[in-house]
Amino acid sequence: MDFGPHLMLASLEGAVISAILVLTAMGLSIVFGVMRVVNVAHGEFFMLGAVFAWVVTTTLGGHPAIGFLAALITVPILVGCIAAGADRLILKRVNYDPDRTIVATIGILYIIQQTTLMTYGPEARPVEAPFNTRLSLPWFEFGENGFEIFWPWGLSITSYKLFVIVAAIVVLTTLWLVLTRTKIGLIMRATQQDSDTAQAFGIPVGKVYSWVFGLGAGLAALGAVLVVPIQQAHYLMGGDPLLLAFIVVIIGGLGSLPGTVIAALLIGMSDGIISVFFSPTLAKIIATFLVAMVLVFRPQGLLGKSVA
Amino acid sequence: MSKAAKSNALHLAILALLFALFFVLPAYHVGAFSRIMVLAIYAMGFNLLFGYTGLLSLGHAMFFAAGMYGFGLGISQAGFSVAPAFLTGIIAASVLALVVGYLALRTAGVAFMIVTLMFAQTVYLVILYFGEYTRGDEGFVIQSAQRVFFGIDLTTETARYFTAFVLFAICFLWAAKLIQMPFGKRLVAIRENEERARMLGYHTDSYKLRALVVSGAFSGIAGASYALLFGYVGASFSTVQYSIFPLLWVLLGGAGTTIGPLIGVIFMFYLIDISSSYTTAYMLIAGVVLVLLTLFAPQGLAGTLRKRVFPWLP
Repeated sequence: MDFGPHLMLASLEGAVISAILVLTAMGLSIVFGVMRVVNVAHGEFFMLGAVFAWVVTTTLGGHPAIGFLAALITVPILVGCIAAGADRLILKRVNYDPDRTIVATIGILYIIQQTTLMTYGPEARPVEAPFNTRLSLPWFEFGENGFEIFWPWGLSITSYKLFVIVAAIVVLTTLWLVLTRTKIGLIMRATQQDSDTAQAFGIPVGKVYSWVFGLGAGLAALGAVLVVPIQQAHYLMGGDPLLLAFIVVIIGGLGSLPGTVIAALLIGMSDGIISVFFSPTLAKIIATFLVAMVLVFRPQGLLGKSVA
Repeated sequence: MSKAAKSNALHLAILALLFALFFVLPAYHVGAFSRIMVLAIYAMGFNLLFGYTGLLSLGHAMFFAAGMYGFGLGISQAGFSVAPAFLTGIIAASVLALVVGYLALRTAGVAFMIVTLMFAQTVYLVILYFGEYTRGDEGFVIQSAQRVFFGIDLTTETARYFTAFVLFAICFLWAAKLIQMPFGKRLVAIRENEERARMLGYHTDSYKLRALVVSGAFSGIAGASYALLFGYVGASFSTVQYSIFPLLWVLLGGAGTTIGPLIGVIFMFYLIDISSSYTTAYMLIAGVVLVLLTLFAPQGLAGTLRKRVFPWLP
């Protein structure tokens, strides 16, 4: 393949990575934005989403599309409820103190991960994609015969991967509409700006926190349900998404949602493109180090406002 | 007895107890305690930063790994003998702490945790990247012929226990001394109210950096000792898990107490040791303990003891 088609293939892979990443990171970002706590267990909610998706699809059986659709609806809700329960049971009692919350969520991380290991086991298990036709993509070239379109061998994407990209866009748009246009969004934004004043105006801040924590985990689980036909479900799969989501949220600016989207695109695309052309470990080293440096010299991130 | 005399007596009593344990304990537990004392050095290093200065780092494994690889590579690549290799390990960890501290201490709170986490991750990936020398995840073994210090073979159970004991004793007494000195008091002042410490004219940034370097050096000593006594160097010691362990030990034992780290390591070691004979998912226990601790005993075992029973506890 020539450089052009190769680059396009890499960008498409990058777009799929970005799509999953943006959902996971958005969950983390909303939780940080509204509650001002760092949820270290976020990656484990992602993992739970993937594992539950496998459970739902295998119990239902039948055509893969039925199981997948069922998983897409039930799993994020289920994971959201687990997260909200954890918030009620643990985080609420430490008063969302930043340090203690981090320690507590590290504890939750191990509890979820190891419980999954004990019940689901150490195997990686695949979930069948509901549809998976391979679509060839055209490429154009200005050759001797002028402009021409042809189908290079190997330049293709599965319909499912396209669906993932579209689904992420739909979810993000819905989320944005909910946050900016509805009363739920208004309540969340009020809590984010000043939880004391919000409380004084009769907003049940404690309940909002539980819902937000559940919503954040639900978004991660949704990303995981979408990714599980591409990547198998495994009890240790939460580590990488957590780190990447952290990177995205920090680069974008803690608590800034547009920043998160931009950063997810940036990181996902560059991850896809760099790992096609360069050594993945070197790419990761550079990315991780750069992120640390961004935070050192611009602690508020790219689009973040400086936090007091 | 004055408070200082009481705490000195306590520290010496603990050391005497550890010394005596060698003659009482069965072989398996002697081996376990050699490991515990080395890990306790790591925990004490972490405690200096977290317990006394109030800085929560989630990347301490990089200092442990720097000590470990400084020592290991010093022997395997540079052909050093034990003493210069050990020194290399300590220097590597201290220099790394100085550089990381210079950059990371510009941030505070959550950002500091994440920056240290990221730096540690970078160190981990760098170790993997130079797999040719470090052998990556697989790690490498330091031959027992190379673990001889002034004619003493450090691979025997007895030599290992007493080497660990001597190293632990030095670090333990040094840490205890450090926090009795004005330096230690200033660190506590920074932990309690950094703004006020600055108002009083203390250069808080420089104290925080110094605390981080000392803490990194302790972790480096622990890492180098681990490689020296157990003969293995591997990338798994630089993973996030090894950054979380010292946090766990210190929280469990009691942050900001001299004996807390040791208690925490002993407790956690045996908790995992016993539970791993029942299940492979022994980290579940660690998770539950962490959650219970944050909920019910945020001051840890020694911290709770100090609050309830012995207010003089150092």
